[in-house]
Amino acid sequence: MQEEVLRIENLKKYFSVELSGTNEQFVKAIDGVTFSLRRGETLGLVGESGSGKSTTAYNVLGMQKPTEGVIEFLGQDITMPLEDRPLSLKKQIQIVFQDPGTSLNPERTVYSILELPLKVHKLCEPKDRIKYVARLMELVELPYGYMYKYPSSLGGGERQLVALARALATCPSLIVLDEPTSALDVSVQAKIINTLLRLQKELHLSYLFITHDLSLMRNVADRVAIMYLGKIAELAPTESFFSDPQHPYTQMLLSSIPVVSEEEEAYKPQRIQSEGEIPSPVNVPSGCSFRTRCPFVTEECKQTDPMMVNFKKDHLVRCHLAREERIVL
Amino acid sequence: MTSKVQSENNVVEVQNLHVSFRTYKGYAHVLNGVNLHVRKLERVGIVGETGCGKTTTVNAIAHILARQARIDQGELLFQGEDTLKMTSKELKRLRASGISMIFQDPIASLNPVFTIGSQMQDVIRYSGIEGAKDPKVQKEKSIAALMETSLPDPERMMKNYPFQLSGGMRQRICIAMALATPRDLVIADEPTTNLDVTIQDQVLQTLKQRVEEKDSALILITHSLGVAREIADRIYVMYAGNFVETAATKELFKECLHPYARGLMDCIPKLSGGGIAEGIPGHLPDYMNPPPGCRFEPRCAHAFAKCREAMPPMIEARPGHFVACYLYC
Repeated sequence: MQEEVLRIENLKKYFSVELSGTNEQFVKAIDGVTFSLRRGETLGLVGESGSGKSTTAYNVLGMQKPTEGVIEFLGQDITMPLEDRPLSLKKQIQIVFQDPGTSLNPERTVYSILELPLKVHKLCEPKDRIKYVARLMELVELPYGYMYKYPSSLGGGERQLVALARALATCPSLIVLDEPTSALDVSVQAKIINTLLRLQKELHLSYLFITHDLSLMRNVADRVAIMYLGKIAELAPTESFFSDPQHPYTQMLLSSIPVVSEEEEAYKPQRIQSEGEIPSPVNVPSGCSFRTRCPFVTEECKQTDPMMVNFKKDHLVRCHLAREERIVL
Repeated sequence: MTSKVQSENNVVEVQNLHVSFRTYKGYAHVLNGVNLHVRKLERVGIVGETGCGKTTTVNAIAHILARQARIDQGELLFQGEDTLKMTSKELKRLRASGISMIFQDPIASLNPVFTIGSQMQDVIRYSGIEGAKDPKVQKEKSIAALMETSLPDPERMMKNYPFQLSGGMRQRICIAMALATPRDLVIADEPTTNLDVTIQDQVLQTLKQRVEEKDSALILITHSLGVAREIADRIYVMYAGNFVETAATKELFKECLHPYARGLMDCIPKLSGGGIAEGIPGHLPDYMNPPPGCRFEPRCAHAFAKCREAMPPMIEARPGHFVACYLYC
């Protein structure tokens, strides 16, 4: 087995909200998330809005301090807030945000955007910076002519490539991709995804890929984790995840994807009519959090929250129903 | 394409529509001879990427183009009447009782300072149906419309403000509003782009069902071929202000003919896996100075001399399957 780059155990992040001044309540954005990420691997973190995928990412990066739990990066505990993290650690973990229109400074040229990480981390002599920037632009296949352009004069896809080049500047081993293509058209998305896959091979990067697009994950991820209300519902290798989904929520999601061919229809599980919406994370239902929308709900689901069980090798499911069919390991 | 017999059944007919926008640098020629027809009870999808003119086309049909837009030439017929010759009073009536629209972002299309009920009642008040001015009728009709859109507790919903509802509910309210009174045509402009996939599924099912029940025709704009496949009977593929291909949904998904449509189809991540194509190189042409021939020619792998000279006409390459490309001439 390859070494683990990132290990997250029982991570919790609660935000306190005060409702009408009486008792303090908590938004349980993440509520006990456990997973690990190996070197050179892509882990897809999928979920609807409000499921806690971005919060997980921000905790990994140190933008927020976890309420509880352990985050380990290459065996080292990194559960401290951002200001306590050593510079060498920050260098190792980078992020690409969803909207390159707002994550790039509109007042700066592409050159000065890409130069900043070199300055901060003192990666090269000042006179070599231009060469270094040129090399970065080569990596993401942007023409050198773009160096003195402003983000506003670039297309959405090109801007995202600049954001990606900036993330690559410090030679990180882990890149968090927070919905990097959901603001882009499919023809542009294809280009970004292919660049990401090529760079992963060349530079041996690990990706924590956050998205709501399951069919994209089918083509990109090695393993897929699906989140619902701050908890992981199912975590499995891509092949097993799509061919044999176990959690009713996964089945519901898969069956509601609009697809473009008959071949794909065959991959959808039997249609589960999706009902209701994701409940507020302030008032998480008792027992299993998915029970309010689940078509197979039983009495047990209302009482106890299911544990994560090993359904197959590496295929984890958090559902009372899956337990009964469990293969004894 | 439009014989006399057909045109009697057409709710909307657009012929050779050219629309340009005034900018500081001159006129941007966006729509470049659009031909479209929607038959009675037909559900038509318009698919294309950002900036290809989908919204401009439907805004022209509903006469809600921005002030800097200019209709250079073309014909717009609604129920056989030339809407370009209508007075503003007649246009108001057209929008109050003939065409209704559902926009992409329900939070922007609903007024934040009025309750759902008062906004629904306004729609009915100006619709010109029997008893439209009677508040009792308005309330009854509004509640009925909300009920039919399977919104829970319509009485209470009427007293709510848009911010109190979730995205999926807001969009359902927009659908309820659009179909509260009988309409000949409903235009839905990317109605589910901001929604999660399970909610998208619910909203699309509701839309489809309601349009069927109310005997309206539907134009659905989307950038997702998958969504169009679920809803539409016939699909137009749009690129840079032109329709490049149109066919019945089944026929189109059996085989795309236009190089752009084929490229677009290949870029879509499939649930069945198999990776993603390289994307379509290049970007949309500059509308200020578009290519004289086929607008896709600069990005097309199959382009030859003729493509640079003149716009290819729409030809029937297969029965009922039209494509604007010299490869099929």
